[in-house]
Amino acid sequence: MIPVSWYLLLSAFLFACGVTGFLIKRNIITLFMSIELMLNGVNLSFIAFATRLGTLDGHIFVFFVMVVAAAEAAVGLAIIISVYRTRETLNVDRVNLLKL
Amino acid sequence: MKLFFWQPWLIPILPLAGALINGLFGKRFTKSVIAAVALCFTGASFLVACAHAYTLVHSGADALEISYGTWIRAGAFSADFGIYLDHLSLVMMLVVTGVGFLIHVYSVAYMEHEGGYYRFFSYLNFFMFFMLTLVLANNYLLMFVGWEGVGLASYLLIGFFFLKDSAANAGKKAFITNRVGDFGFLIALFLLIQHFGTVRYAAVLDIVSHLSVEATAGVLTAIGLLMLVGACGKSAQIPLYVWLPDAMEGPTPVSALIHAATMVTAGVYMVCRSNAIFSRAPIALLAVAIIGTLTSFFAATIGITQTDIKRVLAYSTVSQLGYMFMAAGVAAYSAAVFHLMTHAFFKALLFLGAGSVIHGIGGEQDMRKMGGLRKYMPWTFWTMLIATLAISGIPPFAGFFSKDEILWQAFSSPHGSKIFWVMGVITAFMTSFYMFRLIFLTFTGEYRGAKPDAHAAHDDHGHDHGTPHESPWLILAPLVLLGVLSVIGGWVGIGNRFEQFLDPVIQKVSVEQSSAQNGEAAATTGSEGAGENKGLENLLMGISVLVAFSGLGLAWFLYVKRPELPARIADASGGLYRLVLNKYWIDELYSAAIIGPLLWLSRVVLWQSIDQKLIDGTVNESAVAARDVSQIIRQQQSGLVRSYAGWIAAGAAAVVAYMVWMGTR
Repeated sequence: MIPVSWYLLLSAFLFACGVTGFLIKRNIITLFMSIELMLNGVNLSFIAFATRLGTLDGHIFVFFVMVVAAAEAAVGLAIIISVYRTRETLNVDRVNLLKL
Repeated sequence: MKLFFWQPWLIPILPLAGALINGLFGKRFTKSVIAAVALCFTGASFLVACAHAYTLVHSGADALEISYGTWIRAGAFSADFGIYLDHLSLVMMLVVTGVGFLIHVYSVAYMEHEGGYYRFFSYLNFFMFFMLTLVLANNYLLMFVGWEGVGLASYLLIGFFFLKDSAANAGKKAFITNRVGDFGFLIALFLLIQHFGTVRYAAVLDIVSHLSVEATAGVLTAIGLLMLVGACGKSAQIPLYVWLPDAMEGPTPVSALIHAATMVTAGVYMVCRSNAIFSRAPIALLAVAIIGTLTSFFAATIGITQTDIKRVLAYSTVSQLGYMFMAAGVAAYSAAVFHLMTHAFFKALLFLGAGSVIHGIGGEQDMRKMGGLRKYMPWTFWTMLIATLAISGIPPFAGFFSKDEILWQAFSSPHGSKIFWVMGVITAFMTSFYMFRLIFLTFTGEYRGAKPDAHAAHDDHGHDHGTPHESPWLILAPLVLLGVLSVIGGWVGIGNRFEQFLDPVIQKVSVEQSSAQNGEAAATTGSEGAGENKGLENLLMGISVLVAFSGLGLAWFLYVKRPELPARIADASGGLYRLVLNKYWIDELYSAAIIGPLLWLSRVVLWQSIDQKLIDGTVNESAVAARDVSQIIRQQQSGLVRSYAGWIAAGAAAVVAYMVWMGTR
């Protein structure tokens, strides 16, 4: 049996990767992917604890997070396309005005 | 009695209606409509007043009190909207509405060429409303409402030509000086409420007359003195008289109505109305007499040297009001009211005459530039001469009777003194002198105005501004009517009839006191003393008539016979003349002693230190501090999403670190 701390370390690593990527990258799609990475890092720790404690709560939470993440991805991608159409760039530093 | 027009509240309300109609809609009316509205409402008010006066006198009742509902109720204290009609308020009411109506008629012609015609009549009616409220109120609180209202109307009318700086300033001066007096009146009111729990005349009188003298002497003296402060402000007595001469900046009908006939006599009315209080407060009574005597004397000396025709009359008004106070101060209230009435007739006439003169020569007010006007404006001359004879106390004109009554009372009343009498007689001499000086300077000799006579004769249009001309009949009619009143007005006082008329109002409180004091004297002079007294009275009367004629004679000698003498006398008396000419530098003294420090306090301490530094400083500095802090913080709101995300991550890391640290401890 792999100890739960390993899962947690992997989860923290994934989350840290997501944060780092979110902070240093400029491309919106990359940022988006970083966010997904963070979410899944968190999901991993949910699953790990749920398995360890033998309850279903964590699994249910993860399903909810996935559903919300999927919905968010749909909306987010739509926004990204819309931004690209109007600004012709995906650089977040140049998308700092709500209105042109 | 139940007819609508019988309601006594109509008396004050009618002028108010006129004021509202003219004030709200007058701008769209033609001048004749405005005049008709103003005249109709005041005239109707006069008629209703006459009707009520007639009923009251013939019903034989002493007083009529009607309440129209409660105005203020607080605990046991309450004040009504009520009317109190007795012989005193009846005299005042008739004077106010009657003289007021005549002055309205006069104003129709006088103000014709001035701007703001509707505004003028609206204010004038507004004044009438408040004056009648003051006179007819059945309690001191409602009287105070009228008191403040006439002050407001006076302010508005003095500053009627508000584009002129001096007029605006004179209005402010009158208003602020009156505030000082009103303060005293207000505290007297509070004392009344505190000690007697009521402000109704009848109730106060009832309580006061059942009090023992020793128990309340202090309170009554305080109330009396504070009322005197109020009266000094409104009636222009020392030390608050300074506003009245400046008030001459207002239009002349205003000077006649407000600053001669009615409003300034409100103080006298108040003292007479409160005679029950004053008669029980000998110190307050003495203070009234002293202030009145000093005022009448000093104002008369100033009147001698003034050259502005309206200012002479203003000082004369102050002086005559001083007479009334002197009379009230020796507990001769009916004499005070008598002089108030006759004074209203002849002083209003003098002011209106002066207005007619000013009107006739195109706005000039300096008597040195008049002269010889008798042949240009005979009506004005004759009516003004009547008024001058009346004010000088020459029989059989009105002023003689009232002034003689005051002097006799000053001499013989138990509260009187020979000093008052002597001062009064000297003042009577000066009054006669400066009034005839006015007449001689204005109407006799040669015209000293801008345009020479010969030139005017060649000019065909007599209404040229440089040429003196007689005023229209609308101006002359009130003059003539007031002239008649100035002649016969005093006859009501023959044989003490006026005194008996006011008897119900004047409480005979001092009877027991005075009989205790000079019971012996009263007993001995009871029978044979009457004849002696009559002889003494006649002697004093003779002296005052003599004095009046000698004032006339001196004025004639100095201004007709030897016109070069006055200048030489002025030169010879040097400093004294300049002192009097500059009104004893009272204005300068006040401005140095009171206004200067007050302005300094306001400007340096209140404005520059407290307002600008403390209050503005606090507000501005906190704004600056907030701005500086925001300046630092707003750097963080850069719009860079990654920077926000970095802060969130850092914050989250800090929270995790804290929790880890807490957990491992």
